Amino acid sequence: MTPIIEMRDIVKVYPNGVVANDGVNFSVEKGEIHALVGENGAGKTTLMKILYGLERPTEGEINYKDRLLELNSPLDAIDNGIGMVHQNFMLIPSFTVAENIVLGEEKTRSGLIRQDQAVQDTESLAKEYGLRVDANAIIESINVGMRQRVEILKTLYRGAEILILDEPTAVLTPQETQELFKAIRALVDQGKTVIFITHKLREVKEISDRVTVMRAGKIVGTLKIEEVTREGLARMMVGRDVLLSVDKPPSDRGQAVLQVHDLSYVSDTGVQMLKNMSFNVYAGEILGIAGVEGNGQTELVEVLTGLREASTGAAYIDSRDILQADPRVVRMAGVAHIPEDRLTNGLALLATIDENLIVDRYFRAPIKKGFRIDQGAVKKLGNRLIEEYDIRTINGQVPVSSLSGGNMQKVIVAREFSSDPKLLIAAQPTRGIDVGATEFVRQELVVKRTEGTAVLLVSADLSEVMSLSDRIIVMYEGEITGVFPDASTVTEEELGLYMLGVQRQDVEEMEAVL
Amino acid sequence: MPIDVVIRGILSPLFIASILRISTPIILPALGGLISDLAGVINIALEGIMLVSAFAGVIVSAYTHNVWLGVLAGMVVGILYALLLALFHLYLDTDIILAGIALNIMAAGGTIFLLFILTGDKGNSSTLASGAVPTVTIPFIDSIPWLGTIFSGHNIFTYLAFIFTGLVYVFLYKTPMGVHLRAVGENPVAAESVGINVKRTQAIAIALSGFFASLGGLSLSMAYLTLFQNNMTAGRGFIALAAVFLGGRTPLGTTIASIIFGFADALANQFGSLDIPPQWVQMIPYAATVIALVIYSLRRQAKQRERLRRFQEGEIDDTKTAEAGSD
Repeated sequence: MTPIIEMRDIVKVYPNGVVANDGVNFSVEKGEIHALVGENGAGKTTLMKILYGLERPTEGEINYKDRLLELNSPLDAIDNGIGMVHQNFMLIPSFTVAENIVLGEEKTRSGLIRQDQAVQDTESLAKEYGLRVDANAIIESINVGMRQRVEILKTLYRGAEILILDEPTAVLTPQETQELFKAIRALVDQGKTVIFITHKLREVKEISDRVTVMRAGKIVGTLKIEEVTREGLARMMVGRDVLLSVDKPPSDRGQAVLQVHDLSYVSDTGVQMLKNMSFNVYAGEILGIAGVEGNGQTELVEVLTGLREASTGAAYIDSRDILQADPRVVRMAGVAHIPEDRLTNGLALLATIDENLIVDRYFRAPIKKGFRIDQGAVKKLGNRLIEEYDIRTINGQVPVSSLSGGNMQKVIVAREFSSDPKLLIAAQPTRGIDVGATEFVRQELVVKRTEGTAVLLVSADLSEVMSLSDRIIVMYEGEITGVFPDASTVTEEELGLYMLGVQRQDVEEMEAVL
Repeated sequence: MPIDVVIRGILSPLFIASILRISTPIILPALGGLISDLAGVINIALEGIMLVSAFAGVIVSAYTHNVWLGVLAGMVVGILYALLLALFHLYLDTDIILAGIALNIMAAGGTIFLLFILTGDKGNSSTLASGAVPTVTIPFIDSIPWLGTIFSGHNIFTYLAFIFTGLVYVFLYKTPMGVHLRAVGENPVAAESVGINVKRTQAIAIALSGFFASLGGLSLSMAYLTLFQNNMTAGRGFIALAAVFLGGRTPLGTTIASIIFGFADALANQFGSLDIPPQWVQMIPYAATVIALVIYSLRRQAKQRERLRRFQEGEIDDTKTAEAGSD
């Protein structure tokens, strides 16, 4: 088959001297699902931005349908039938689905927009490609999965033949992911071509026909999907063997560090998000919380770390109730927290790495000296942690925002782990970071647990919960619906039934092992 | 004057007519403020634009002895003055609030400066014979008691204010330009990604707000009064902005909110004849603004909570259907 797109010898050097693409040759065949994988910073997003006209290549050319393609802006790409669905959606929240789909290309009659036509076009397009949307719904009121389908329809409405999907599953639940995959297959059946950027190797195997691996701005290789294994792909991405299944010594469970009793939380808007939760986390174990996102996990973590106020119940650390305490007191009691949203709650982006590393300890020795901050001690701590946690940076005096996602997460991990916590609460600790950093974070979690720290792990990545945890509890609509005292004997299917609320265990049965 | 005379005054159709008249110089700039606010470029310079337009209209009509040339000059000057804001904010990257404040200060000082040069008077333009726009008598309605008094015989700006309320609605919700303008205000990156020129759209929105503010200014100096006075806008440009928010950022809401402020103003006029300190009476429109905004903000917070609750529940419902679908 002849390729529909051929990017030849693409070089992209950013003004700051970073070489994002270094002689990349990338080709896509018509009608295939082509996965583009690589660690954060490997250059895959840059490559796709070039293909979508958002960036201009320093060198190289793009051949499209056997002719040279000159792209000055995304509009040129759209005109040529190339569409891109970005990670953060490009939608107008107060507009309807149909209005968003036709935005910029409205059909008019005597100067006025034909709203009925927009709805009709949306519905027929949705039907044609099996992308279920409600044309008259306001974007604000629909869920993430449907918003994504709107984005895909938007590109199709503009005549896209090639769709670039930038990490489309990052924001989706497992069910929505399956629905997306169905839609992608339907698109390809209709003759469209899909380029799929992802981190998740399982999805590569599941959905794509071919896969291209990038590393450090270069192409490592392009393979047919039958030829690759997940382990092989991971090795290509990081250039060495990666631990996909975590090796961990048997758990040496100690005293209960955190005891949660009858915890409930009602949100400001009156929705009961947590219902009578009781459980313990013991020293030397990882307790994993599985569940479809939005079933109260975020609220649980924020209540335990003092970021939200619980409605009723208690949570004891060393017989001291931490629910009424503010975050600093909770931290002083020995709780460390890797927050779910690292950009908002985990880091001050414009502050330096060193500054971010001391935010939980600037007010006490050895950082605080008299009434000032001891800069020497800060630097020393920064250098030690940068070295120890392998944060890739020139020094600790650069803003955190200059780091890649994986390295930002390492800064948080370095801070939280080095505070020597009794209880470590890790929410989505590897979300959106590359394979190398993921492996690192997972190993560190196991190390901490083996050293005797109690770890509460919340993750939307089911395989992560299963491979790291010693015990697993499942949350569904703010309640514990299942407890598995031995994580190694649980299957994904079994957990799935509890996660979706199809099954639940008896209260007595659960109480014995909580 | 005894209180019963005042109350009788308030209950008369003349009072309602005065509300419409007094609301006009609030409705018009408020429509302009609405357009620029929806485009994501809040125009705090409405006050200044009204002032320069009011001034230009009076001066040009006085020197050309032509009312319509005066109106035209006022509109042109207002739009140009607004485009200065666009230039500073969109192309020279100035903060829009600071640029707006600067334009307001410049308008207040500049008009007095020019007035002094032209007439030798710093207070008003009463030495100049400036024109007034005609009033309109609506044929049939004029002869109906009450209704005729209320709706007929106003100056053209008052009618324009209501006509434009409808036109602005059609523009914002039914035309591509208006829809693009709202899209730009809500999510400029998204608008840009579908080929909408964000800066140009915002510049147009600011120019339109200048147009409406200029009509507001002209209605003050060429209809409500027929001269220019030092700081004759008296905060109406800011009250207009308040009306935009109070009106929930919709054309009809904005106009209704403007009329509420006009009512407070008209009330103050009536109470002026009572034996209470004039300062108290003069406070009414401004106090009404503050109270209205507080009530609005409380209501909005309640609404937001309600919407959040519905959204959360809606999302749970949606997951359920998605699960059912994939089973």
